[in-house]
Amino acid sequence: MRFKNYRIFFLIIAILSVFFIDIIDISVFAENNKNYGDTIILGSIGDASNLMPMLSSDATSHEISGLLINGLVKYDKNLNLVGDLAKSWEISPDGLTITFHLKKGVLWEDGKEFTAEDVIFGFKTITDPKIPTAYAGDFMMVKDISAPDKYTVVVNYKEPFAPALGSWGNIVVLPKHLLEGKDITASPLARKPISLGPYKFKEWKTQEKIVLEANPAYFDERPYLDNYIMRIIPDSATMFLELKTGNLDWMGLSPLQYSRQTKNKFFNDNFNKYQYLAFSYTYMGYNLKSPFFNDKKVRQALNYAINKEEIVNGVLLGYGIPAHGPYKPDSPFYNRNLPKSVYDLEKAKALLKEAGWADTNKDGILDKNNIKFSFTILTNQGNDLRLKTAQIIQHRLKQIGIEAKIRTVEWAAFIKDFINKRRFEAIILGWTMGIEPDIYDIWHSSRADGVGLNFIGYKNTEIDKLLEEGRKTFDIEKRKQIYFKIQEILLDDQPYTFLYFPMALPIIHKRFKGIEPAPSGITHNFEKWYVPKNEQKYIAP
Amino acid sequence: MNFIFNKLLQLIPTFLGITLISFFVMHLAPGEPTGLEADFNPKMTPEVRQKLREQYGLDNPIHIQYLKWMKGLITLDLGKSFSSDKRPVWDKIKETLPITLLLNIISLLLIILISAPLGIYSAVNKDGPFDKGVTFSVFFFYAAPTFWVALILMLIFGVYLKWLPISGLHSLMGYQNMNIFEKILDWTRHLIIPISVSVIGGLAGISRYMRSSMLDVLNQDYVMTARAKGLPENKVIFKHALRNALLPLITILGLSIPGLIGGSVIFESIFAIPGIGQLMWMSVLARDYPVLMGNLVIVAILTLIGNLLADIGYALADPRIRKGYKN
Repeated sequence: MRFKNYRIFFLIIAILSVFFIDIIDISVFAENNKNYGDTIILGSIGDASNLMPMLSSDATSHEISGLLINGLVKYDKNLNLVGDLAKSWEISPDGLTITFHLKKGVLWEDGKEFTAEDVIFGFKTITDPKIPTAYAGDFMMVKDISAPDKYTVVVNYKEPFAPALGSWGNIVVLPKHLLEGKDITASPLARKPISLGPYKFKEWKTQEKIVLEANPAYFDERPYLDNYIMRIIPDSATMFLELKTGNLDWMGLSPLQYSRQTKNKFFNDNFNKYQYLAFSYTYMGYNLKSPFFNDKKVRQALNYAINKEEIVNGVLLGYGIPAHGPYKPDSPFYNRNLPKSVYDLEKAKALLKEAGWADTNKDGILDKNNIKFSFTILTNQGNDLRLKTAQIIQHRLKQIGIEAKIRTVEWAAFIKDFINKRRFEAIILGWTMGIEPDIYDIWHSSRADGVGLNFIGYKNTEIDKLLEEGRKTFDIEKRKQIYFKIQEILLDDQPYTFLYFPMALPIIHKRFKGIEPAPSGITHNFEKWYVPKNEQKYIAP
Repeated sequence: MNFIFNKLLQLIPTFLGITLISFFVMHLAPGEPTGLEADFNPKMTPEVRQKLREQYGLDNPIHIQYLKWMKGLITLDLGKSFSSDKRPVWDKIKETLPITLLLNIISLLLIILISAPLGIYSAVNKDGPFDKGVTFSVFFFYAAPTFWVALILMLIFGVYLKWLPISGLHSLMGYQNMNIFEKILDWTRHLIIPISVSVIGGLAGISRYMRSSMLDVLNQDYVMTARAKGLPENKVIFKHALRNALLPLITILGLSIPGLIGGSVIFESIFAIPGIGQLMWMSVLARDYPVLMGNLVIVAILTLIGNLLADIGYALADPRIRKGYKN
């Protein structure tokens, strides 16, 4: 999980789902309609950085490398793990060993066969301390790895580790025959990658465009769209004008563009709009060491005092839903039986009173032991949605006698001087979530020290135990029960006030058919998108 | 010759001073390059973080880091970018610098070509309707935010009239198959709106300078003398007044050379032009020190060259300065 700006959350969804492209062809469309050909042009705000997945941590790079390199496993459109380069796998009863059986006849673009050696080489590289990768953590639990034959990979873990299976995506697949004995951080593959997936690399002009074309050697069905071009347009207003001129086929819209600026004949005639819950949420986190927020009752009171519906309507123009916990409602791990906290000022006031806060000096602001209830909400600069959220919260808190000030700080300084040093009272930030439900790094007490991500300092032994158990449990039903329980505790404890899940709002040209929105987004079946012959726009790029 | 050589010698300590100050100031900004890769990534272990710092040389004291960087600079090696592509800094600059220079040199030339006559004409017809009209319009466009003018032009010429492309440097489709003339035409079409935006915004400065320096000169005694001896007005203005009025323009041009790369950040991101302004901005956000320093070196060199050219230009244009130096 990582923080991301709202502006690019659409891209994150795209990667998450591009990673895990569906293999089951749902033939709802008559076969004779499906034609090969045409090009899709999409706009991206940021350029890619490095097309070797293990070396990059930005959304654009992963979006592109997701089309070039497949993983051993992937998530299907309903977020279940299915095989990709691995046709099947077994987990030993003690949960310590995973055996992957790889597909045969999968070729790299240059004709070399993909084998277990490539996976082992990838694993050795990612766990090499000299390699600056952000993903080594997942593989630290591995005791050893071996390849009994060309098509089998056996991984032994030190202890059962349920998130392990999902970690064998495309991050860990490298072409051994091109990289062995070389410094991979200086490899030309970073800018000119070799493909194993549905598309192959054609051209990358820095800050301008990245061009991919269908890979004829792809082991699975050839994608219908011949070319994929990503244009880098750093300004979202310009990007929108390019869309309006018909030069772009696909971009992520802001709520304002979605609800107002695309409601006219031109867009109705030429584009389809989609919406689905993004894999992220925004929250207000409290420094639990602060004298204001170390009392659970105060945090509960704030949860009642903040009107989440109002924030969704005001900030996202209704394109989102209020959040009550860390999982989005279409996730299998979302606890449906959780009572939903509602906006209730009276309840909030009563709880604050119980906690000992009262306006004794009649200045309109609550106080206790001569301390005014006045704190600062900190958020990062440049994120307009978070700033607006803070302003709405400020207004509501004033009604129950709490003074909230707002301050924004540039990102790098925000992390270094405030988050890592724990110098804040309350912050508004967001988490991008994976499909894997493990949230150990955010809530476990061991992550509260140093620069760990549990920067609010939340320590709850029950949660700790559940998080550890959740990591060791492979059985999906048992896992669900564990994470349901975690959600109950978080709801009661309110270490964060969960605010909202925003929606991803992509718009795509009408000539592209076969797009199926699902919990994983829209790109899970990207290879199956096609344009009927008579509607094809670009013959050659 | 001696004059130029002496000036050049003076540039060296100035240049060193610029790099030294920028290097230290840059490191004062909170945050570190490892931050963006490592912060908030649960999978980043402290060991990896430490490794990254060592790889970047950030574990050395700052003066050692500066000396190392200086050593690289002397051997013309600007180092490697801290961003995850780890490309040599010079490659990144080489890619982006020509585009920005091309754009800005064209617009600077156009600005001079348009605003100098505007300024002269305004001065000669001081307070007339033309002068007032020009004053109003150049200040209007000077005050209007660049991004706003840009979006309006894009909307009119790109979206509604569909005469010109909106952004980028050349067509996305079919560019490879064009012959050289078509390519030039394609570039020109793409550059019309961006260059117009930059020219429109830049007219105010130079036309105003030109106007006021022309007015100054027109009030001088020698102009009155020229008129008194019955020279035709044309000759008075172009031969006697204009030459002297152009002198301050030389200084301004010299000073605007570093602006050739500095001022293009907003501009390049609006038009999606892969220039050095964008590169610089991103490296600031990412605390990519080597790229930043590389850019600063380029800007510093341009500034110094600009000053030098202004000095030389002055000497060429004004015999008093030449003579003064010889004495």
